[in-house]
Amino acid sequence: MTRTSFDKELNALHGELVKMGALVEDAIAKSVKALEPGGRYLAEEAIAADRQVDDLERSIEARCLRLLLRQQPVAKDLRAISTAIKMITDMERIGDQAADIADLALREESGSISELAHHIPEMARIAVVMVSEAVGSFVSVDLENARRIIAMDDKIDHLFEVVKTELIGILKEQSARADEVINAMMIAKYLERIGDHAVNICEWVEFYETGIHKQTRIL
Amino acid sequence: MNTKIDVKNVDLFYGDFKALKNINMSFKEKEITALIGPSGCGKSTLLKSINRMNDLVEGCRVTGSITLDGKDVYKDVDVTELRKRVGMVFQKPNPFPMSIYDNVAYGPRTHGIRKKSALDELVEQSLKGAAIWDECKDRLKKSALGLSGGQQQRLCIARALAVHPEVILMDEPTSALDPISTLKIEDLMSELKEQYTVIIVTHNMQQAARISDKTAFFLLGELIEMGDTEEIFSNPKEQKTEEYITGRFG
Repeated sequence: MTRTSFDKELNALHGELVKMGALVEDAIAKSVKALEPGGRYLAEEAIAADRQVDDLERSIEARCLRLLLRQQPVAKDLRAISTAIKMITDMERIGDQAADIADLALREESGSISELAHHIPEMARIAVVMVSEAVGSFVSVDLENARRIIAMDDKIDHLFEVVKTELIGILKEQSARADEVINAMMIAKYLERIGDHAVNICEWVEFYETGIHKQTRIL
Repeated sequence: MNTKIDVKNVDLFYGDFKALKNINMSFKEKEITALIGPSGCGKSTLLKSINRMNDLVEGCRVTGSITLDGKDVYKDVDVTELRKRVGMVFQKPNPFPMSIYDNVAYGPRTHGIRKKSALDELVEQSLKGAAIWDECKDRLKKSALGLSGGQQQRLCIARALAVHPEVILMDEPTSALDPISTLKIEDLMSELKEQYTVIIVTHNMQQAARISDKTAFFLLGELIEMGDTEEIFSNPKEQKTEEYITGRFG
């Protein structure tokens, strides 16, 4: 067995990615719970988590660059590190979107959004599963799971369409609630985008394993 | 980390030729320092001047001071004692034409250890320390020349460890080895630095980046730049260093 210190570094990198994944999952769940009555304090926590996510992104980025510099990785090792650099960009965006949802939760009266768009908690539940499983697929190099997660995005997209249709209906009948409707629409869109970021992560997992990204061999 | 070796205002001459020009640098305890630079830049000369291997070169003269734990190696330390404390591993594995056991026991015997149980323990410890025990524990009485190149080099490291040195000098220790043997020696070096101060001369810049804590770049007998390895390979301060490490030298 050779390159033991490099393997230790790669394990540490996996550990940091899992930690970042767990932070953004928690932030999504809290930001959506913050929309419910009595949940405003959770919005503050989701916003604070975003700062931790940003710090972790910097630290993982630095670790990856250090590994490229010092270990000169090739083949799967090289793909592991480039995949990690790509994944953290998506996870950082997910953290931003959770913070954006939390920010809207602070502006709205408690409970009004979840009352308008009752599919939002379900969208958030799916988003959390997708993010968690996407990071897990990278760590356990589980391509089949990554593909299953990519397919899950259809559910979130479908729910987004349902929410959109419902909100348009409400807007037509209760134009005085336009602000709330627009905020609910933005939250649904953020969750739909989180699903897309989880898909991106899964696509990079495929690249990690095969060198192919969205049907194109790039390495 | 404490300074283990301090080099101050060192000039080194081979006859009229000035091979080292006013070198000032220090080596910290329990760190790996890599010396890099093109052939003829003085890096091996500096390495050999630390344990006075240059004494054997006719016409070689050193001015300035090199201290080990504060004591001048050219004035205050006996050369036999110095070489016990500062071991060396060369480019080409050079086991003695004797058994694996006797190779490792050679140094301790020279220093007066005769008791078999003590020698047995030293041989085992040293071979374990050099990560070669498992490969040769059943053939200790066989000739060392029957080992592969990579194994011979690890045996030479074990031989150096057997006299309990404080510093290990390595002069291109992997340049004659295949990539897997090279990586085994590199892994071993990371373990060795827990206990020893290691200074390595290498032509392989990737190797310097992989294993060392500090890197020093030499050119035409001068120390151009020394610093943390990551700093040297990411943001060198000197243009000449940048040109050398990016392969745009000359």
